[in-house]
Amino acid sequence: MTTEGLVRPDGPAKLTGAARYAADVPAESALAAALVSATVPNGRLAELDAAEARDCPGVAAVLTRADLPTLAELPSPPLGYPALPLQAEEIHYEGEPIAIVLAETLEQAQYAASRVRATYTGVREPIAFGEAEDVVPHSGHVLGGTDEEKGDAGAGLAEAHVTVTATYTTADRHHSPIEPSATLAWWEGEQLVLHSSVQSVAVAQQTMAALFSLPPEHVRVVCPFTGGGFGAKGYVWPHLPLAAAAAKVSGRPVRLVMTRAQMFTLSGHQPATRQTVSLGATRDGRLTALRHDSVNASGRAVDYLENTTHSSTWLYASPAIETRMRVQRVDRPGPTPMRAPHEGPGMFALESAMDELAYELGIDPVELRLRNEPDVDPMTGLPFSSRRLVECLREGAERFGWAERSPEPRSMREGNDLVGWGVAAATMDTFRAPSSAKVRIGADGRIVVETGMQEIGTGLPAMVQAVVAETLGCDPGDVEVRHGDSGFPPHAGTMGSMSAMGLGSAVQAAAREVLAKLDGRQGQPLAGLLAESGLTELEAEGRWSPEEDALAAGRSARYSMHTYGAIFAEVRVDADFGVVRLSRAVTRYAAGRILNPLAAHSQLTGGFAWGYGQALLEHSDVDPVLGRFVSKNLAGYLLPANADLPDLDAAFVEDDDRFANPLGAKGIGELGAVGVAAAIANAVFHATGRRVRNLPIRLATVLSEP
Amino acid sequence: MRTFDYTRVRGLEETLAALGEPGTQPIAGGTELVNWLKEGIEEPRRLVDINRLPLRDVGFADGVLRIGALARMSDVAADEIVAARFPVLAQSLLLAASAQLRNMASIGGNLMQRTRCPYFRADTAVPCNKRAEGSGCSALHGDTGAAAIFGWSDRCVATHPSDLAVALAALDAVVVVRGERSERRIPASEFIRLPGDEPLRHNELRAGELITAVEVPGGAERSYYLKVRERASYEFAVVSVAAVVRAEGGTLTGVRLALGGVAHRPWRLTAAESALVGVDLGDTTALRSALAASFTEARPLAGNEYKVTLAQRAAVRAIQEAAA
Repeated sequence: MTTEGLVRPDGPAKLTGAARYAADVPAESALAAALVSATVPNGRLAELDAAEARDCPGVAAVLTRADLPTLAELPSPPLGYPALPLQAEEIHYEGEPIAIVLAETLEQAQYAASRVRATYTGVREPIAFGEAEDVVPHSGHVLGGTDEEKGDAGAGLAEAHVTVTATYTTADRHHSPIEPSATLAWWEGEQLVLHSSVQSVAVAQQTMAALFSLPPEHVRVVCPFTGGGFGAKGYVWPHLPLAAAAAKVSGRPVRLVMTRAQMFTLSGHQPATRQTVSLGATRDGRLTALRHDSVNASGRAVDYLENTTHSSTWLYASPAIETRMRVQRVDRPGPTPMRAPHEGPGMFALESAMDELAYELGIDPVELRLRNEPDVDPMTGLPFSSRRLVECLREGAERFGWAERSPEPRSMREGNDLVGWGVAAATMDTFRAPSSAKVRIGADGRIVVETGMQEIGTGLPAMVQAVVAETLGCDPGDVEVRHGDSGFPPHAGTMGSMSAMGLGSAVQAAAREVLAKLDGRQGQPLAGLLAESGLTELEAEGRWSPEEDALAAGRSARYSMHTYGAIFAEVRVDADFGVVRLSRAVTRYAAGRILNPLAAHSQLTGGFAWGYGQALLEHSDVDPVLGRFVSKNLAGYLLPANADLPDLDAAFVEDDDRFANPLGAKGIGELGAVGVAAAIANAVFHATGRRVRNLPIRLATVLSEP
Repeated sequence: MRTFDYTRVRGLEETLAALGEPGTQPIAGGTELVNWLKEGIEEPRRLVDINRLPLRDVGFADGVLRIGALARMSDVAADEIVAARFPVLAQSLLLAASAQLRNMASIGGNLMQRTRCPYFRADTAVPCNKRAEGSGCSALHGDTGAAAIFGWSDRCVATHPSDLAVALAALDAVVVVRGERSERRIPASEFIRLPGDEPLRHNELRAGELITAVEVPGGAERSYYLKVRERASYEFAVVSVAAVVRAEGGTLTGVRLALGGVAHRPWRLTAAESALVGVDLGDTTALRSALAASFTEARPLAGNEYKVTLAQRAAVRAIQEAAA
């Protein structure tokens, strides 16, 4: 490998501001758009008075429902929320756009938008999460079944020597990428051009074509750089169709940039979950049953399922496993996947319960996990494609000094600080999706790769360089990566921790084909090979898809295919104030072959920060009376600051999964955010004796009597 | 944001004349005013940039520390006299906001900050008597976790966000304000107003007046600012305590205490201050029981009872740290 210490080629452009993001793309005569949002969570729009707004300086138009084209109906996914704004009088959620103001400048548009008056009818008290019926979800967000069962969990619990049952909750959270979603749209006849901040130009292109009843090749989506997404830009949210529709109606390019407040309603959120886990075990710590029930909040018109219980079917050996997932359709905007979805909230419940069981049994929590390591997938019986959880636990424990732990809660005090150590396993499902890329060799030996992928901060251009360099035996710096245009070979999207596998494998295939066409060997100078063949240029396109029998989201039907990790955390809890600070953490991961160690380490550090936010800071509460997210800004919604993050020792154990894809790589974008909350909550219990089952862990809870 | 005019002034008289015009607001660091403009909390017709006024000096003379209203938070915190003689003041500044904001934000502007109550800061109009009189108080029936436990009314349960104001209250500082006709001196502990029946009046500054300086008497070498917050930096206090103490041989002989995060004004614990005199610094139980004297009037809401416990524990810690 030549990729040790490989730095990202996009770095200088980002640091100097040369990298162009969607909202910065210049467009002559573009109008600035501002949205008027519904201030009620349900009911119907009765009247919209835009007279004052239309008279405001610089205003070109105020568009209401009557002005916009009727769009085709599509489900979620690919839409973020299935009911698009300005298509009906019904209000689906607080913050839903009810009018678009177009003006010469953004300030003019926003001021005029504040002058639009709306009245509503039929508004009723909002229904909150916890007040609605649990229902079986029906949508493309349901991966696999909602209910899975093996053995008799009831019997397993009845015959267990020790059981624990507890209910855990996770909070509503918002992605809050630094770049708000934005779209610049214009029409060239029947051709639609979109510069948009998205996680997939392919999803945006296909979906926008369907909404506007256009052939996909009539829609071009450009997005080389995305300023963070974390799931908020994966599916198609209102800024895309509204900007395109406004551009069509006005006949001018339209630039629509979400405000920070709109990012809280118009780009999804991770919904609150309530999960109950029951574990039964023999006295020597072998599980006899595992039951995991979960319900999450969703919107009235969308069945977003958080898929929280999946990992309970593969993580631990148990003769009986029973899982069940439901949703509640309540008054709120639409949820969507957020780093880390599924296992992110789900593993907090399972790994907290495992810790509770360890205390009940008097068995060390690392040892308890080792004793329940399965040989095959506990639910399906399929072999593991690769599984190095034991190595992660052992190496992490060694590095952390876990053997020195005093097992009793409240037994490690230093001054005002109660010190606690906690451990949790991490695991993430392996989603895979098709990808393609073109590799072109010029006469000077320079290599150009073209792909629809967006650089979203994860370092994918460097990953492409690494794969090309490894395949052709060239220097990574010889490879130029062009990306983020639907005119390039399509890439499914920078989401779901899928890009290294899909794009990496496609690039490898293209590079191999180039070499084959030149009849060359790895490491031979490409310019020379090209000249020998009498060519001035050569290109090849590579594609990769999961095997044909793969399940939804590219999950394997043949193997139990996942990534793993172990999190060790040391907290200090102020005995008087209940404030929790994380002083030290060690994490170890097994996620296939690591293509670019520097970028991969960065991903896991960032993932850990996400887990920290879930554990201790992030909650976006819905007001019970107003039915709106209470605080739609980053002063009220707290994300971790550097001062929160500890001395973190994050690393990988050796792994290679050739069943996942030819590169042997797997996804790491989401794995790093999993397990952190449970490890911290378990450490808080060890420090204080207070078991916190509700995230985030607030000082008020730690202070309160159990 | 509504379009506004912008002018730059150099002299105090010129400034006061400009501020006399309706719809005119002064702008210094802009770290709070720009929020108001973007959130629609204020819609001034004209901004008067006062950054060139000669109000930046920090000096100690005749037993009084005088801080010009345009001194930046970071400059005051770094001032040697402030750091040595008024640690509580330097600490309150350094624990506030972020380095970037402290470099821009002025002392006068800091005291003019308005509540961070999420309903007051909402992107669209929600019931809030501090935004629209008579519209109601959403916080009273909504998220009360950050609300006041002292001095609230059924019109408003918000807290004020300034750390500096809490330190100044404990230091018996005075806010000096100038109007066109006269100068007024307002005790720092009373500058920010309790909501009462007039939640729209955030502080005692009258229309056309400008804060010119803050004056802090004496020295407070044994003082401490303790800020309890869930994020380790760049966050407003859940509860904070400014403690200024005198002690002889391990016994308290004088204490001044102000709390932040518990009311819409820095909350002086006057009853506790009396009860604490004569108490042994090492006797945590006695400190707690003396402090309880000031908490009989606490009125927590459903959801913020924890602040009553937290504030008393924080006060004990702050007293001990100040005396250490």
